[in-house]
Amino acid sequence: MPAMTREETEALIQEVLEVYPEKAKNDRAKHLAVNDQSLEKANKCITSNRKSLPGVMTIRGCAYAGSKGVVWGPIKDMIHISHGPVGCGQYSRAGRRNYYVGTTGVNTFGTMNFTSDFQEKDIVFGGDKKLAKLIDEIEVLFPLNKGISIQSECPIGLIGDDIEAVAKMKKKEHGKTVVPVRCEGFRGVSQSLGHHIANDAIRDWVLEARDGDDSFPTTPYDVAVIGDYNIGGDAWASRTLLEEMGLRVVAQWSGDGTIAEIEKTPKVKLNLIHCYRSMNYIARHMEEKYSIPWIEYNFFGPTKIAESLRRIAAHFDDTIKEGAERVIERYKAEYEAVIAKYRPRLEGKRVMLYVGGLRPRHVIGAYEDLGMEVVGTGYEFAHNDDYDRTIKEMGNATLLYDDVTGYEFEEFVKKIQPDLIGSGIKEKYIFQKMGIPFRQMHSWDYSGPYHGFDGFAIFARDMDMTLNNPCWKNIKAPWKKETASEPVKAAA
Amino acid sequence: MPSVMLRKRDDGKLLFYVAKKDLEETIESLEFDAPEKWGGEVVLGDGSRYYFEPLSPAPKIPTTLQAKRL
Ligand code: SF4
Repeated sequence: MPAMTREETEALIQEVLEVYPEKAKNDRAKHLAVNDQSLEKANKCITSNRKSLPGVMTIRGCAYAGSKGVVWGPIKDMIHISHGPVGCGQYSRAGRRNYYVGTTGVNTFGTMNFTSDFQEKDIVFGGDKKLAKLIDEIEVLFPLNKGISIQSECPIGLIGDDIEAVAKMKKKEHGKTVVPVRCEGFRGVSQSLGHHIANDAIRDWVLEARDGDDSFPTTPYDVAVIGDYNIGGDAWASRTLLEEMGLRVVAQWSGDGTIAEIEKTPKVKLNLIHCYRSMNYIARHMEEKYSIPWIEYNFFGPTKIAESLRRIAAHFDDTIKEGAERVIERYKAEYEAVIAKYRPRLEGKRVMLYVGGLRPRHVIGAYEDLGMEVVGTGYEFAHNDDYDRTIKEMGNATLLYDDVTGYEFEEFVKKIQPDLIGSGIKEKYIFQKMGIPFRQMHSWDYSGPYHGFDGFAIFARDMDMTLNNPCWKNIKAPWKKETASEPVKAAA
Repeated sequence: MPSVMLRKRDDGKLLFYVAKKDLEETIESLEFDAPEKWGGEVVLGDGSRYYFEPLSPAPKIPTTLQAKRL
């Protein structure tokens, strides 16, 4: 199918909007746009970070998911209490595949679920006593934890519990960091506010721990990797590149990260931000308070990796700049071989994305390295600044959809007929049943890492094995195939 | 009176960021921009105008300041 023109894309949006009642139509129209690379600012063409419409199928999460699931959860040597009823934590447990090293249940706790398991009486009489008891139990059962965070679920804010007081009391008693996080699910319009609240909690309760303490020996090459959640090992594949070029990675936020690393981050020389959406707040804070500059980078696909390595190196002296060139050179044969192998099999294929955080724009380069084209992209919970950064990455007249509804997404796909869709688990089976190859791009479909040169090889292989899988030819029942309609010759 | 975070972009332009409003814009003009007097009326990239109480000496950037919307 040839690329759609601007008019065709606009007509498609109008057609899809047709079914909504007037008010809903006006609202949704603001969230759907045809990309125009000449725009500097996205707010001219698309509205984002607004409340979803009642009655439509949104794909968003809640503030608790943003705080517990994304920002705090991967800090592996802390115990994160899902404070409230049991479901919020249990049904999201270990789903993000944030890899870590350690012995689970002894010195790391990433895949476990700790909850205060609220019952009716806790709602009626308050849960502070239970929380205090729970923290004491944790100290007895898991004495090697390095700290505790209290991740509020919806009821906590509704019944007015004072978790800050409990946190302060228990911090004194046990001599460990205890962080109350006010990330009740009803706050904000999506998980995005949860990220912000989580960042603020780190700022207020953790980051200052080593202010005025210079015992940690620093080097001029100290950096922190921020906003890499080590999904399928992403942060490891990134970290090796940075270390190879001569930098010292002091902290990983927060995939495979520890609270000690977070406390040491104010000592670094440069903060490297991968997921801008979920961690820009803390980077801005550190820039202001500790004068640590920050830059965004992109480790998907060789073109963007090389660009990012050079941009990072520009903040350091010649040894690092040479280091960056050396790293790019070293992996060259490897990634060229990957491209040589997979590009002929993927060339010209069209992709539609709908994910969160950074991926709707960051992975575009990796697809382009394989000769593929991203024809539609959208974010679950982006803000204006994310779309500002997306406009230039996407081709002209491609489709942008913010907080897309289940209905819109299906209709777009039916019309555009992409060769591959990258989105979440809730979308996966719908599109597979429509016969369209699908990759789950939140947890890399149980694969990964996708970051770094090593990750690119896996990315390319995964896209190939999904797209060129022979199963897609067998989606249609044999009796519904064209050939089957030929009259069968009756036996004489 | 929104709290505004000010930072320098790589190309030296000042960025005006209001987290609550999702607003990240470049500062196109600043009424007083000297070491001994800084602030006054600012015009942003999208044409909106704000006002900083003039400061002396000029603040160290990055910083957070209160601004009035004009
Ligand atoms: S919205 Fe509330 S109840 Fe639902 S998962 Fe989030 S915190 Fe739990």
